[in-house]
Amino acid sequence: MAGVAVSTTINGDAVEYLCQPDETLLEVLRDRLGLTGAKEGCGTGDCGACSVIVDGRLVCSCLVLGAEAEGRKVETIEGMAHGDQLHPLQQKFLEHAALQCGICTPGFLIAAKDLLEKNPSPTEEEIRFGLAGNLCRCTGYDKIVRAVQDAAEVMKGA
Amino acid sequence: MRYIRPLSIEDAVGELAKAVGPAAILAGGSDLLVRMKGGFIEPELIVDIKAISGLADITQTADGFRIGAAVPCAVLGENKAVRKAWPGVVEAANLIGSKQVQGRCTITGNLCNASPAADSVPALVAAAAKAVVAGPSGKRTIAVESVPTGPGRTSLAKGEIIEAILLDKRPEHAGDAYLRFIPRTEMDIAVVSAGVNLTLDDKGAIKTARVALGAAAPTVLLVEEAGQVLVGSRLDEATLERLAKICSGACRPIDDKRGTIEFRRKVAGVLAQRAAAIAYKRAGGK
Amino acid sequence: MNFDPRYSGRNFSSVGTRPIRPDGIDKVTGRARYGADFNMAGQLVGRILRSPHAHAVIKKIDTSKAEKLAGVKAVITAKDLPDLTDGDAAMYDILDNSMARTKALYDGHAVAAVAAIDARIARQALKLIEVDYEVLPHITDVDEAAQHHAPLINDQIFTEGLEEKPAKPSNVTKRTQFGHGDVHKGFAQADFIVERSFKTEQTHQGYIEPHACVASVNPDGTADLWVCTQGHFVYRQHCAQLLGLEASKLRVTSSEIGGGFGGKTHVWAEPVALALSRKAGRPVKLVMTRDEVFRASGPTSATSIDVKIGARKDGTITAAEATLRYSCGPYAGSWAEIGAMTAFACYNLENVKTVGYEVLVNRPKTAAYRAPSAPMAAFAVESAVDELAHELGMNAVDFRIKNAAQEGTRASYGPVYGPIGIGPTLEAVKNHPHMKAPLKANQGRGMACGFWFNFGGQTCTDLNIGMDGSVSLAVGTVDVGGSRASLSLVAAEELGIDYSQVKAIVADTSSLGYNDMTDGSRGTFSSSMATISAARNAIKILRDRAAQMWDIPVDDVVWEKGHAIAKGEKYGNLSPLSLKDIAAKSGTTGGPIAGHSELVADGAGVSFATHICDIEVDPETGATRVIRYTVVQDAGKAVHPTYVEGQYQGGAAQGIGWALNEEYIYGKDGRLQNAGFLDYRIPVCSDLPMIDTQILEIPNPNHPYGVRGVGETSIVPPLAAIANAVSNAVGVRMTHIPMSPPRILAALDAEREG
Repeated sequence: MAGVAVSTTINGDAVEYLCQPDETLLEVLRDRLGLTGAKEGCGTGDCGACSVIVDGRLVCSCLVLGAEAEGRKVETIEGMAHGDQLHPLQQKFLEHAALQCGICTPGFLIAAKDLLEKNPSPTEEEIRFGLAGNLCRCTGYDKIVRAVQDAAEVMKGA
Repeated sequence: MRYIRPLSIEDAVGELAKAVGPAAILAGGSDLLVRMKGGFIEPELIVDIKAISGLADITQTADGFRIGAAVPCAVLGENKAVRKAWPGVVEAANLIGSKQVQGRCTITGNLCNASPAADSVPALVAAAAKAVVAGPSGKRTIAVESVPTGPGRTSLAKGEIIEAILLDKRPEHAGDAYLRFIPRTEMDIAVVSAGVNLTLDDKGAIKTARVALGAAAPTVLLVEEAGQVLVGSRLDEATLERLAKICSGACRPIDDKRGTIEFRRKVAGVLAQRAAAIAYKRAGGK
Repeated sequence: MNFDPRYSGRNFSSVGTRPIRPDGIDKVTGRARYGADFNMAGQLVGRILRSPHAHAVIKKIDTSKAEKLAGVKAVITAKDLPDLTDGDAAMYDILDNSMARTKALYDGHAVAAVAAIDARIARQALKLIEVDYEVLPHITDVDEAAQHHAPLINDQIFTEGLEEKPAKPSNVTKRTQFGHGDVHKGFAQADFIVERSFKTEQTHQGYIEPHACVASVNPDGTADLWVCTQGHFVYRQHCAQLLGLEASKLRVTSSEIGGGFGGKTHVWAEPVALALSRKAGRPVKLVMTRDEVFRASGPTSATSIDVKIGARKDGTITAAEATLRYSCGPYAGSWAEIGAMTAFACYNLENVKTVGYEVLVNRPKTAAYRAPSAPMAAFAVESAVDELAHELGMNAVDFRIKNAAQEGTRASYGPVYGPIGIGPTLEAVKNHPHMKAPLKANQGRGMACGFWFNFGGQTCTDLNIGMDGSVSLAVGTVDVGGSRASLSLVAAEELGIDYSQVKAIVADTSSLGYNDMTDGSRGTFSSSMATISAARNAIKILRDRAAQMWDIPVDDVVWEKGHAIAKGEKYGNLSPLSLKDIAAKSGTTGGPIAGHSELVADGAGVSFATHICDIEVDPETGATRVIRYTVVQDAGKAVHPTYVEGQYQGGAAQGIGWALNEEYIYGKDGRLQNAGFLDYRIPVCSDLPMIDTQILEIPNPNHPYGVRGVGETSIVPPLAAIANAVSNAVGVRMTHIPMSPPRILAALDAEREG
């Protein structure tokens, strides 16, 4: 198998890598670039733990080939905070204890960020359906939904 | 294994036609990558069609809409004109998978994956949508229901690609709807589903009707008799009863991990009734 | 060291507050390292070949082609894991489960494994391994497996616990019995009797993080294991024994854990990873796929339960009886026994009898899942209790209050209760606004109670005070849901300092003495006890150092609010010394200041909860929707109330999934058909409403702060509460969990057809 040379942008930085044609973006991020914030919970797009944003679209990085990232802009959890300034969603997840084990948290934060960028004032129902692609087994989602509601308020005021 | 990203449909068709081993077309990848991960398919060649000019566009023509094969369902859902004309098709397309999957999956891919439970297909069949097929011997336009021939199988020949789905321009007093049954509120494959597309005459009686069922047979079913029973009616209770009976009777479902034969039969009728009521209301019926 | 664990009513300044957890920032920035996030130099990728058959003799395994594939560094079979268990049957089962020795016992049972330079080569190598199977008849249903004519899974097993030793082997490994009084006499006194049979299907814990580890074995017999586990000390013991290593030379580090719920208390593929590393001479990373997680780890028992309860007209229960059959997978277990112990634990009963049968089936080895075995028993019992209340014409809550266990009640499983929370949770539910809220058409309300024992166990904690006065707390119980925050609060409370001065970590097995696992809701209960003890030991040293600094007798130094105070008028001119002041001088007053504690945390207080839920049913499709849900549970003392609420909510959500949609579905071929999150349907965000919680605090007399475990009880009532709600909504008693739409619709149709 011949490797595919890819030039892309990840969290604002130019990145180049060589990957196999069947290698997923998730494998590239985790195994080649050391960006292990995106998690593999299923590898089939059913859990959302590997969520990243590609050219403004929320996707499961396990369902994107590494080769497809050529010329695109990829955003991962590692790029969510600005320096030592947490994103309001990150801060609210901490304050509301919206995580227990934390394995789903990076995916939820990315999905919630995408949700609030597209809909800054979501109803509870819109939050619940907007985050339905992210599985959490610890929290029962209650505190996650509250954290997103609270972050939305903060972000509107900002 | 090779990954290529051709810039023209001719190049894509050419590469597929001359491929020696198994070849796969990649648009959204939400089915293909899952099948690759599970070891169900090991393509020698992956043809990414997203860079082909025009395939990522939705265009409004004199006859209706042309939805490129690489248009993600999320983009389709954001298109106000399509949403207004074909709300049932759009809501069906927007039920596939999660928000994450929506950002990638396409209705063409949903059609070509040839699952009897594909969400967008009953709505497309009810809508009498057509597929534009490009192949080594040129282009042809076919009814969407002629694409899947069985679970995972299509009528497309080697080297053929569906480059777009066509939806007709809507007349006055038209409406469509799609409903599926899933045990959860999201993330499930349809246990059974129904798409209904209606037009009404000036007096509010149903003029034309198409009813399609998903996950009720090896391919999506166009139930012509169900459409016929609706024509001329104003969706009175007796008509809805007959609609349900016909739909339940038309099912040839199986028992599997998602549902039973009895459940699918019964709920197919219930969903057809409910979808018909929504479509009728959207068409302006009272 | 003279540690007094008794409860002393005290005012708290740190405990009961809700600060941000110490490991929080790592977890919201993607920096926290879970099982699969760790790598070692020269690391290989391990993959496991699994049986496609539910039951088959392994006649021959040919690994020669795989070994020849370029990039393959080791291929192993059971031969590479020789039996060192020396007659220890439980350890032998762990060994056999990690790699099948003579028979594959379930679809997904490991039969061989490879280590290769990358995942693609490892996958290719698996395809080159040839296994010659002789397929045997299989059995996956718990009731069918218990029949005499069922295919035998292990012909060496004869049912234990029978009056006469059986002559023939059986899939029923054990019979156990609990209770007191005379149930025949009790039923004779009853005016009303409800008798029903129930079934529950097998579920998975469904942790989002698949099992993952990195193993590195050196030629000198030292080894490292990085792994996501609920108990790294137990993993060390088991792996060391199975691999023939000395326990102290195997260092096990628990990674951050992405959910466990009991499923990561068992060793699964870790011995395989170690054996691969030993053979390849390089580190090996082994991560299960989601498919492997479902097929080869985790699940609960599937159960079949008969319940009979009788009561007098006045609402007094006169007798209660249950027979419980629980599947164990292919290895002996004690799952029905636990179910039989918990079944009637909420009630004060004069005559009670429960009998448990452990049943072998060709399914994965049954594993613990949050209050293991209790939810199914509670489903059966609480359904019958509800039905009996209905027949008596009594309110379901009042009926339970009348029969609830109290302090001094002899529990159905033996002991006499101390102060307990079942009565208070029922009273709180009775007065909760949820119980009075109106319901719409097709909606039903249900409630149910649940019990869990809670455990304590061996615990060891180190508390080190830095020269700047900051405190590091090293605990050995894995943090599964915020315990580093609660234990930091406890250390701050006991030392009298601010929470921000304390940082808790989970230490590896070479840095701390042995700890039992984080199971039995013991993490915060037992490690807080050890932390209090360690802090008290540190305070002794702090007082001693202060005495030195002042040059006065240590007996004249007391510790108050984080300061040493010289007691007595003669010391009027001595200002109090803060912990920080004393720590700063520690280099010249005797060296580092630390407190250690090694103890067995006894007296974990039992735990009770009562849940209320409202369900809407679509009578045409059998679809259900949870409209409202309330959890009321006794925490003893909520150390970090937000994380206590989180435990209540999480358990309720898991119970809701179990009640409505989650189940293992096997085909006639004995293969699991839904080994993925697509068709093993755990609740998604849009399936659930907010889950209201009410924390009650009935202090545990055996803990200095009154703490009880809180993690598990919340999964016990939901199955029954939801079944009661559905039954009330549609007027048909639901007896089979999960109440999936096809089951509800079938039950409704059967009722309509009369």
